[in-house]
Amino acid sequence: MLKRFKKGGIHPNPMKLTAGRPILATEAPREVRLLLSQHIGAPAKSIVKPGDEVEAGQMVAEAGGFVSAPVHTPIAGKVKKIEQVRDAQGLWKEAILIEAAEPEEGARPERVDFDESHPLRSDEEIERLSGQEIIEIVGQAGIVGLGGAAFPTRVKLTIPQGKKADVFIINGAECEPYLTCDDALMRRYPREIVAGLRYLMKATSAPRALIGIEANKPEAIAALTDAVKDYPEIEVMPLRTAYPQGGEKQLIEALTGRVVPAGGLPIDAGAVVDNVATAFAVYRAVKFGEPLMKRVVTVTGMDVENGGNFIAANGMATDNLIELAGGLPENTGKVIGGGPMMGRAMSTVEAPLTKGSGGILIVPEKESERGAVSPCIRCCRCVSVCPMSLEPYLLQNLGQFGMAEEAREAGVLNCMECGCCSYICPANRPIVDYIRLSKLQIRKLPK
Amino acid sequence: MSRQLNISLSPHIHGGMSTQRIMWLVVASLIPALVIAFLTFGVQAIIITVICIGACLLTEWVITHFVMHRPPTLLDGSAMITGILLAFNLPSILPWWMAIVGSVVAIGIGKMSFGGLGCNIWNPALVGRVFLLISFPAAMTTWPEGVGAGARLLVTTGASTHAIDANTGATMLQLMQSQGIGSLDPDYLGMMIGNMNGSLGEVGSFAILAGLVFLLCMRVVTWHIPVAVLGSAAFFSWVFGGNPILDLFAGGLILGACYMATDYVTSPMSHRGQLIFGFFIGFITIIIRRFGSYPEGVSFAILLMNSFVPLINRYCRPQPFGEKQRREMLKKTA
Repeated sequence: MLKRFKKGGIHPNPMKLTAGRPILATEAPREVRLLLSQHIGAPAKSIVKPGDEVEAGQMVAEAGGFVSAPVHTPIAGKVKKIEQVRDAQGLWKEAILIEAAEPEEGARPERVDFDESHPLRSDEEIERLSGQEIIEIVGQAGIVGLGGAAFPTRVKLTIPQGKKADVFIINGAECEPYLTCDDALMRRYPREIVAGLRYLMKATSAPRALIGIEANKPEAIAALTDAVKDYPEIEVMPLRTAYPQGGEKQLIEALTGRVVPAGGLPIDAGAVVDNVATAFAVYRAVKFGEPLMKRVVTVTGMDVENGGNFIAANGMATDNLIELAGGLPENTGKVIGGGPMMGRAMSTVEAPLTKGSGGILIVPEKESERGAVSPCIRCCRCVSVCPMSLEPYLLQNLGQFGMAEEAREAGVLNCMECGCCSYICPANRPIVDYIRLSKLQIRKLPK
Repeated sequence: MSRQLNISLSPHIHGGMSTQRIMWLVVASLIPALVIAFLTFGVQAIIITVICIGACLLTEWVITHFVMHRPPTLLDGSAMITGILLAFNLPSILPWWMAIVGSVVAIGIGKMSFGGLGCNIWNPALVGRVFLLISFPAAMTTWPEGVGAGARLLVTTGASTHAIDANTGATMLQLMQSQGIGSLDPDYLGMMIGNMNGSLGEVGSFAILAGLVFLLCMRVVTWHIPVAVLGSAAFFSWVFGGNPILDLFAGGLILGACYMATDYVTSPMSHRGQLIFGFFIGFITIIIRRFGSYPEGVSFAILLMNSFVPLINRYCRPQPFGEKQRREMLKKTA
């Protein structure tokens, strides 16, 4: 019997429409808008000014604090200006606008691809790197968690005093419906992911590693199993499909049986977790000296003509990427950055892509609206599916009535907003919405 | 020019289950039991059921429309279920106007006075039944004579003729109480397929259980409450020297365990709480049957335990994921 996390969870229709589609290189965009804040933590600080010439891969903004990450430009060109642009949520954010130089007559257009022709370091040189040096390279490359949260990886790799990482976990669960970017990456670059994982193990001194992949991705499991066969310390573990298997705490429980303490971090259970795409980015950074400035993005949706997995440049306008997949269908009602369970609805498709955007899901008009809300019938489905063993119906009421103190008592801060409760609710109640509100109310409480 | 897009917070997909769908699945699951009631009591069973459904729907509409000034809520199907379940708790020869009184009490007092669906403390159908039982005790315990002929057409068992004579005009439980258990020679098979006397929904135990299996398969209910109720009733029946099979099948216990105790609104919110809730329903039922003055105790047991649901919810809260580990960690650092 395959393992899975123990408590709660749901089984949404996987809808992996773009599974098996290859990873496609794209044409380099003519201009990029690089948001200074595309990770959790302090925004990056710009180190260029309008008029500067920049090279592809050059750092244009440095980390703005310990929990922060630098930003690099994926294209060569000129810094046009530093301005406020609307991000995907419609909020004004500071961004560096870079325009490519006019291409020479007849020159082949630049491609955004994972070029493997010019390694920076040989395997022997990498072997000689210390863990601290790898963490430094990861930090300088601006790598953040590519599973969606965009937490700076350097911070995660820095093990706090008194703690020890005895297992490194690679998240290849990809439990969100529709998304296939991790699946595609695992099929195409299994050896590279394992190489990245070995650098990560060195950085954290973790003696052992587990790669968790849901059983509905047999090709990825086969590819990675083959790639780890020379490394007895690394094991690929197929998992029984269930959402939210890719949640950090759920994945740790599914793979190791350990439970992360409430309010704690994975390291409290002796584990560090990173996404497969993050491991791949680490490989690119260590081996090729390539900073994080492009990633695989799934563009998908029921009526998308040509959905697929594209290598997209950071800062590229979302609608340009959608064009590559056949354009925005006429009946589009909603565009989601990320998957349907935890992704965020975009207010404008002109917003630039960020490091964290792994998927663009285009939802038809008729499926883009929520059903009518009716009274809670106390069926207790939300309690049954909650993977954090909370009482969502109660938390919703507490949020609705502004009872922040009581909500904190009831454990609302343990909620990771996976959305199982809202998904299952027969009365269509906006449970997660009020849980978010409740968290805001708690932040405003006097200390 | 960018187009207008819909914005909402995640999750952006829904599982597709709705209150309405749940309620209609419950109605569908009650159809076999209704067929058995019809075969046992004839067209009178259908008439009582229709009267109860009609009166429940009308009461709910009148209250939402004229008192609460809300849009009608009839289509959610819950008033319809209350109507059917109330009818299932009545004798087939109850005067029609009593059925209407019971329906008005069930919906008006049992449900709408608390604010409607999801707000009531007690199961509405049982509120209606108990009101009638206390107000019209004679009518509520008068059963038609010579029933059982219809249901027997389904399964011909030669041995069952004497059981019909013994049952005429009284339920098995009444006989148990008046004559003592030893003097009865119950026809178990006949009892299970509807060849006995009682309320509409009491007679077709197998049909009710079939409905429960359907609801379990459709994931409308979980096994916790029915199993806890029936298990604890059988256990305490045995403890107090009764006949567990008779206690399970002779009265309204199956109907209560499968449909009344599992009512979402009036049952606990955790599986642990549901097991406690069910256990005490079974216990109280047997206590009333054995030591009380009423031959039947299921309705009282369920209503009593309904009152304890908020308390059960308070003390059966799930432990948040990682809470135990958090405490252990705090202990270690302290």
